[in-house]
Amino acid sequence: MTYFLQQLINGLQLGFVYALIALGYTMVYGIVRLINFAHGDVFMVGAYLGFFAIASWRLPFPVAIVVAMVGCALLGVLIERLAYKPLRRAPRISSLITAIGVSLFLEYFTSLKFVFGPYFRAYPRPFAVRTYELAGITISNIQIIVFGVALVLMVALTLFVNRTKTGLAMRAVSFDHQTAALMGINVNNVISITFGIGAALAGAGGVLYGIAYPQINPFMGIMPGLKAFVAAVLGGIGIIPGAMLGAVIMGVVEKLTEVYISSTLRDAGAFAILIIVLLVRPSGLLGKKQKEKV
Amino acid sequence: MRLKETIIVVCLALGLGIISCGPEHVIKIGVVAPLTGDVKTFGESTVNGIMLAVEEANRAGGIQGKQIKLFISDDKNDPTEATNAGGKLIELDGVVAIIGSVSTKCSLPLADKCQVARIPMITPTSTNPKVTVTDDGRHKEYIFRACFTDSFQGIVAARFAVETLKVKTAAIMFDVGNDYSRGLADYFKRLFEERSGKVVAFESYQKDDVDFSALLTKVKQSKPDLLFLPDYYNKVGLIVKQAYQLGLTCQFLGGDGWDSPAMLEIAGKEVAGSYFVNHYSADDPRPEVRNWVQKYQARYGQKPDAFATLGYDAALLLIAALRNAPNAKPDEIREALSQIENYPCVSGEISFDANGNPIKRAVIIRYNETGQEFVTSFTPEE
Repeated sequence: MTYFLQQLINGLQLGFVYALIALGYTMVYGIVRLINFAHGDVFMVGAYLGFFAIASWRLPFPVAIVVAMVGCALLGVLIERLAYKPLRRAPRISSLITAIGVSLFLEYFTSLKFVFGPYFRAYPRPFAVRTYELAGITISNIQIIVFGVALVLMVALTLFVNRTKTGLAMRAVSFDHQTAALMGINVNNVISITFGIGAALAGAGGVLYGIAYPQINPFMGIMPGLKAFVAAVLGGIGIIPGAMLGAVIMGVVEKLTEVYISSTLRDAGAFAILIIVLLVRPSGLLGKKQKEKV
Repeated sequence: MRLKETIIVVCLALGLGIISCGPEHVIKIGVVAPLTGDVKTFGESTVNGIMLAVEEANRAGGIQGKQIKLFISDDKNDPTEATNAGGKLIELDGVVAIIGSVSTKCSLPLADKCQVARIPMITPTSTNPKVTVTDDGRHKEYIFRACFTDSFQGIVAARFAVETLKVKTAAIMFDVGNDYSRGLADYFKRLFEERSGKVVAFESYQKDDVDFSALLTKVKQSKPDLLFLPDYYNKVGLIVKQAYQLGLTCQFLGGDGWDSPAMLEIAGKEVAGSYFVNHYSADDPRPEVRNWVQKYQARYGQKPDAFATLGYDAALLLIAALRNAPNAKPDEIREALSQIENYPCVSGEISFDANGNPIKRAVIIRYNETGQEFVTSFTPEE
């Protein structure tokens, strides 16, 4: 039982990081119906910004998270303005392909020697690792930090979306662009803010990922990005609590498959869950039933 | 207008023809090594060693008056890139021999390429037996290596674990998609069990994995005396750090993939007290080693690791073969390589067995808080 709980904690740790990435996917999809495939690479940039903040600029850890979040938010807004905004009226496939292009650009541009370099880097930990024994379960301060930061950010996001005027505007835009614009909402600004917030969460996720699994490279965002996307779909894409739920399920299923079935079947297990859920509930776990318009 | 263009094209073609048809004043040698990616220190060290050997040979007058020219290609530790690099070196640059690649998974396809193209290849550091031998057990006659093989490395690791560390149970974690890691894991498991050790966990992970918490929790559950980690320094560093985080405190043991100046930076103090099998130790008192360490430090400002040493040795072997090959043709070089006997290299006197493998000793090295220290050595005869 303690063994199971220990593995559950391992899964939750991964799931919480996925959740921070999945939120960006789901928010952007909710508002512009775009699957932003460059999101995993924004997560990578966040990890690198945290790396430089800690290793080169010697900033304390909380400041490093803020640096990564602000940097990624700017990057997210920039990507939206340069790559997606000109295509907002184009067929959806054009923006999807552009998103893949932005993703490849970020991966290979940051691989250049004068940017981040094509190397694997060891992620610095600005504090000593401590472990605590609790009824046979080992918990490290790193896990506590990952859980703590992720929870705070998710609660903050939920409050922001539900309790502020900007959050209300975001919900309105995601409901209907034109009507929202008629009501006096600046749709362009709201879309930029959505991209910025999504990217900032991914940036924080990157730093947490870096301290939890201390090694980074310019291609590190691909797999977590894909998993987070699947998590967002699993929970019901466009729905914020769905992304959190989907991500935690993904993380836990992945780790439990790895130890109770086989490590080579790990990804298969995670994706099998997706297929089963989508067969039973095509719009995701928390998705509302939608009638197909003919 | 048309005429003018034609003339220009013809002139260009002639110009190129003259350049490429001229007599060869140099001997072209290709090098394939990972200069970027997850094992970049391996590639850098190996190339440093090769360059040093070639510089020495060129300064001493070259080979029958011809200078050696190196064509260095990066394979990023990716088998596809290694094949492409080999193709480019053979078909475009026209090299007569190739030194490379470094990791087993890159050397395997490169060896097949060289074998088909009949270009002699000598890998400095790839330890998997299959690099020089076909699946049905025949020697690929154009392929040689400058290091020992994993079957020997497995024996050394298993003997050290049982005889010196006196462990009874071991857990093994390996990369299922890496021929080196999987091969060495299998050899160690078999040889450890032959010496009445018990393998309590045999777990695999995948190339891009960074989260080992679940597997390590499983390993911890099986309470091993020893955890054997046959992988490269980057992965080992991650695993060792996470093991420490989960409170797994058994002895760690590894193979030659652990040798990197970046190991302490990546694994941190958590790796201190762990042992690994290696090809050579910079602390070795033999005069050849002393001399080599001095030379390397003077040129590059750091101690040579095993990769630098094996790169140097591989280049020495190839240069010796070139001296005995009258026209530096690939077939002559291959013939000369196969006849090398007791040639003095830094990592030992090298003769090739029937499969193009040298027979030489291995050392055990321990990581401490600041670097490496020599522990003991094993010779093949024992």
